[in-house]
Amino acid sequence: MNSDKQIERATRQSEVRAALAAILPPESLLSRSEDTTPYECDGLTAYRESPMIVALPETEAQVAAVLKTCHALNVPVVARGAGTGLSGGALPHRMGVTLSLAKFTKILEIDPLSHTATVQCGMRNLAISEAAAVHRLYYAPDPSSQIACTIGGNVAENSGGVHCLKYGLTFHNVLRVRGFTAAGEAVEFGSRALDTAGLDLLSIVIGSEGMLAVITEVTVNLTPLPEVARCIMASFNTVEDAGSAVANVIAAGIIPAGLELMDKRMTAAVEDFVHAGYDLTAAAILLCESDGTRDEVEEEIVRMTEVLRASGASRIEISRDETQRLKFWSGRKNAFPASGRISPDYMCMDSTIPRKRLAEMLRAIEAMEINYGLRCVNVFHAGDGNLHPLILFDANDAEQLARCEKFGADILETSVRFGGTITGEHGVGVEKLNSMCVQFSREEREQMEAVKRAFDPQTILNPGKVIPTLHRCAEYGKMHVRKGVLPFADLPRF
Amino acid sequence: MSAVSDPALVRLLDRVKEASSNSVALNICGGGSKAFYGEAASGESLDIRELRGISSYEPTELVVTVRAGTPLIELESALLEQGQCLAFEPPHFGVDSAGTVGGMVAAGLAGPARVSVGSVRDFVLGATLLNGRGEILTFGGQVMKNVAGYDVSRLLVGSLGILGVICEVSLKVLPIAPATRTLCFQLTEREALRQLNEWFAKPLPINASVWYDGCLFVRLMGASAAVTAAVTKLGDQSIDATSASKLWRDLRDHRHEFFSSVTANLFHGETLWQLSVPTTAKSLRLPGRQLIEWGGAQRWWRTGAASVEVRDAAARAGGHATLFYARDKSAGVFSPLTPPLDRIHRELKKAFDPQRIFNRGRLYPYL
Repeated sequence: MNSDKQIERATRQSEVRAALAAILPPESLLSRSEDTTPYECDGLTAYRESPMIVALPETEAQVAAVLKTCHALNVPVVARGAGTGLSGGALPHRMGVTLSLAKFTKILEIDPLSHTATVQCGMRNLAISEAAAVHRLYYAPDPSSQIACTIGGNVAENSGGVHCLKYGLTFHNVLRVRGFTAAGEAVEFGSRALDTAGLDLLSIVIGSEGMLAVITEVTVNLTPLPEVARCIMASFNTVEDAGSAVANVIAAGIIPAGLELMDKRMTAAVEDFVHAGYDLTAAAILLCESDGTRDEVEEEIVRMTEVLRASGASRIEISRDETQRLKFWSGRKNAFPASGRISPDYMCMDSTIPRKRLAEMLRAIEAMEINYGLRCVNVFHAGDGNLHPLILFDANDAEQLARCEKFGADILETSVRFGGTITGEHGVGVEKLNSMCVQFSREEREQMEAVKRAFDPQTILNPGKVIPTLHRCAEYGKMHVRKGVLPFADLPRF
Repeated sequence: MSAVSDPALVRLLDRVKEASSNSVALNICGGGSKAFYGEAASGESLDIRELRGISSYEPTELVVTVRAGTPLIELESALLEQGQCLAFEPPHFGVDSAGTVGGMVAAGLAGPARVSVGSVRDFVLGATLLNGRGEILTFGGQVMKNVAGYDVSRLLVGSLGILGVICEVSLKVLPIAPATRTLCFQLTEREALRQLNEWFAKPLPINASVWYDGCLFVRLMGASAAVTAAVTKLGDQSIDATSASKLWRDLRDHRHEFFSSVTANLFHGETLWQLSVPTTAKSLRLPGRQLIEWGGAQRWWRTGAASVEVRDAAARAGGHATLFYARDKSAGVFSPLTPPLDRIHRELKKAFDPQRIFNRGRLYPYL
């Protein structure tokens, strides 16, 4: 960086800092690099940037004031929750303010009668369910990072989870959000009623990656806790059979509470890690869950078992109790840390394809392994076709890294060719800017930019996350993990 | 959908480009079954019914992609053949069930099951739109999980065509539940609301509810075991399957006496308001007759009360009111927006339809 730019940044920093100091106490304003370093990346650690200033407001009035000030000074604002996102959506702007909403952690209301919870945006996903448990209610969307990720971040990313086939994504479970426009004006999208007058702006705010508004408060729908949940673990001799079994379950009119697939190498890696008793001889295993009333689950488990057997399952085990059910899931939830133990590095893809092409996709990936000379282990949210192939490689070998990136690109291109999408649940952030150019036409991207400007005419909120040319080197649809180390490395993932 | 290979789409595109260059207003039309809904239509008719047919349907994917001019009944019978359905029960208004899939999305109206399964918005996975610049754009996709870019396809639901011509949509479909039972309870409004709130907070397979004239009907739907267990728990006061199916269909399509007596008497000044409020909102005090759906979240009022009184009642309860059926809609159909939302609406209209050619004034007079 040349010194002119450094001087320009320092000047700007003191100008913005002075303006913000008038509205925030000193301890809520960070600008020295040793203080701002923890904010320089989110879960996508390959991308780092030092924020000019970090603001940590405690009240909505302070959020509004920060936004008004930044708007007046034309300073970019990047809202941030727990920073567990995997696509760089919370990557700071070098000339911008990172607006940490970490202090907004209060439960405002849990109303068992309307089965809703109204919480501040920094409340952790799992904490909502914990707080609602006394009423036999829970918040259904369960991204695997749910012990750390915040509801505000979930709204920004439209997070999924293993149970979204039956219970929906964040989008389907949020009634209302309150927050501020880029200009610092208070605004509400959605309502406690089931719909609102006018356009359904809530639907576009959810999943907008902090680019349309800053959300401070969220009202979610809570789901009655099912009486019981049971899980079937089914082994298959070929991945094709496992793929067909997924389609057959759906064709039988069953919507499982969860339907997940792991291939043989993945199973071996996680078994080593969690000792869940997985079938290590199977080419693929499926986890198929049923929840509901006791009778309903009994009935459904019988039907699921029939379909799985008819689809060629070589071994079927049904969870006896809650401990065993959680054990079945433990490997699936720890697929990522386990992969970090079998390879120096891995790259995680996140595409979605039509379910019927799962087996074909797995065969295609096998062919790519030979083609690119690298191994790949596979975990899928099979029920909704969301793939997380993990390409194993050693980043110290530049030639391997290059092959790995080509391998990843090939998987994403194949996904799009199969009628799918480049990202199922991790978001675009900065990571998939290039892929956006592949999936959407220029006109479509321009229309999205016009939507952005309708909410934020000065493009203050999270700028740069929609401009692919700024990040032309970004590869798409991958997560690069060095030495198996993720931030929050102990968190279950996906 | 390919812009070049589809003659019906090419014709639409030409009309739109011509209208755009001459700033001619267009009124997007399908079967006309919801022509009454919203503010008055204006402009030259742009019939989309040539865009017809199911583009792809794979029952095991739980996804159907269908062109906007396809009659809703045609789509539903194709789904029925595979034991599947649109779980949100879109209404079929009008005597000849002429409604199209495009109209279903543009109006965004759902039937009795809305409270338990969600609305049209919750089932739209992707859409192709022809915007005011004559561009054919596709957003979303045909898969369950897709977070690539802003979800413009869901924004189109309930947009009443003001953002452009919806050409094709991909919808999530669901298997038809194996079992259903409808129970009937004699309860006052207050008792019914309290009872519904309690039941909906429990893991019961309640799919729909209606309270009318001192009777609460509850439809259970789901796995046989779950429905049977719920009948035992709630008390077996089932009504027969034929009457039940007629009841819910009549409610969905507004053929129920409560609605049909309004539509038959519009010229005598009958009006119907749809109040959308939280399920836990207390009884609303308005003159007239009421029918309550969606576990308390949708309260239909046949009332001669002034528009401001109805809107106030809805707002105090935490919701909003829509003037659904009325001869005179001069007081406005939809509740006014707060200033920031109003501004965003105006800007979004410009972003999609800068010449303001599509369905001018249909949602709000100024859009």
